Amino acid sequence: MTNANQQAVARYKNNFLKEVEERVEEGDMVKMCMQCGVCAGSCPLGSAWEHSPQKIFMMIRAGKRDEVLQSDSMWMCTSCYNCIVRCPRQLPITHIMHGLANYAHRLGIAPKGQPTREFAKTFWNNLIKRGRTNELTLTLAHYFANGIGPGIKTALNMQKIGLGMVMAGRLNPMEIFGGHSVKDLKGFHAVLAKAKEIEDRKKGFAA
Amino acid sequence: MAKKEYAFYPGCSSQAKSSAANYLTSVNTMCDKLDIKLTEIPDWNCCGASIGYAEGGELPRLAINARNFALAEQHLPGKDIVATCAACWLGARETKERLDHTSQLMKETNEALAAAGLNYQGKVEIRHMVEVLIEDLGYDAIKQPVVKSLDGLKIAGYVGCQTNRPFGIVGESFENPKYLDKFIEVLGGEPLEKYEQKVTCCGGALAFSEPEKSQKQIKDIVESALDHKAELIVTPCPLCQANVEVYQSEINRKQGTNFAVPVVYYSQLMAVAYGSTAKEAGLDGQLIRTEALEKIANR
Repeated sequence: MTNANQQAVARYKNNFLKEVEERVEEGDMVKMCMQCGVCAGSCPLGSAWEHSPQKIFMMIRAGKRDEVLQSDSMWMCTSCYNCIVRCPRQLPITHIMHGLANYAHRLGIAPKGQPTREFAKTFWNNLIKRGRTNELTLTLAHYFANGIGPGIKTALNMQKIGLGMVMAGRLNPMEIFGGHSVKDLKGFHAVLAKAKEIEDRKKGFAA
Repeated sequence: MAKKEYAFYPGCSSQAKSSAANYLTSVNTMCDKLDIKLTEIPDWNCCGASIGYAEGGELPRLAINARNFALAEQHLPGKDIVATCAACWLGARETKERLDHTSQLMKETNEALAAAGLNYQGKVEIRHMVEVLIEDLGYDAIKQPVVKSLDGLKIAGYVGCQTNRPFGIVGESFENPKYLDKFIEVLGGEPLEKYEQKVTCCGGALAFSEPEKSQKQIKDIVESALDHKAELIVTPCPLCQANVEVYQSEINRKQGTNFAVPVVYYSQLMAVAYGSTAKEAGLDGQLIRTEALEKIANR
């Protein structure tokens, strides 16, 4: 039994563009890019991207699978949507970057310990637990993701802010015991499980 | 009967004792004065926010948003869904757009919803509170209940990203939307029309995961407001509000700046101008107190 990544490599061989078109959210729009570079110049975190979206689109066409999927570039997206509204070819660039990051994450080849990858995972697991975000446990889980030592250091730096939020009625220490929740949690989880089952089947992650 | 009625999607951050609890307080006050009735969608769930993409993927995100739509259709038929949070509005609108345009995704989403005995028929409209104010009421109606002018208070209208892009407000440009400035003006404040960082990204969720990079963005947003002599910053987005307010002390600590610019919601400006108390306007929820607004509210 090979893993999902090996199966994908075997299936698509050197045709990375086809793989992206079939398996990445909105990936079928990649071929519309005309390499103008407006996206690269519009990103608020542009200088932090090793490969700009423009470059990533060309790398996909050139079959540079590992270089794209193992890059931390897509993880720099803040979801500001500047690139989308400025793209003269109307590529949904933000969604494609999200899609590439998600695909690499699911294949298990995205950069290990990449902070936004870790935070995104923590966030999703937090929200699906009770159907609503628990801001206290989300924050704590994120601070302590790298262990007790760094967690305490971050928590100490942030404690004044945290206390200020509590005093202002915008953070509830009691949320540690549960917090807000949807009532039909069983139904919510059933919807999610079914959606994931369908998505996994479509994208080659079904067991 | 209220003048306008909507199915309300408050979102996680607006819940009691959450990071935008004061937003909801002020929205409720504002809506009372404008005769807008908001009925919460029963048992709504989180929209997944933008950062949900990495672990959540596509269909699970669409399905949880569609669960809210199905509940609204069932319990509040014929009413538009109104969100106050930028990310909730965006997540819901993206979902609606994709389901409307792709019948396969609509079919799969309903297959998922059926697991909870729900069905989405594709009938809901998704609106942001700002759209309701501008399109359903209009600037004259926003001005009408003003009893306390904001006294020419210099206010930087910080629109940010997600109420502005990719959908934005009809008739506004992505690069220089004017609606916050117009709100400020009808309430008697002085909009800082040359404020350059109006649509700059605050870093969004990366304020958590990439604090240095995000705080650089936030520094620009605050610094430019100060350059234009802003007494406060106003925004329509809960994450913009939290990021730009909360991290000023971190930037001060690390960089020796002396930032303390209050960051409020448009609904707080309205609540104060409409004659509400500081508490009704949620001003007790600020980390950086806004004395100028409190003074007007207490007058």
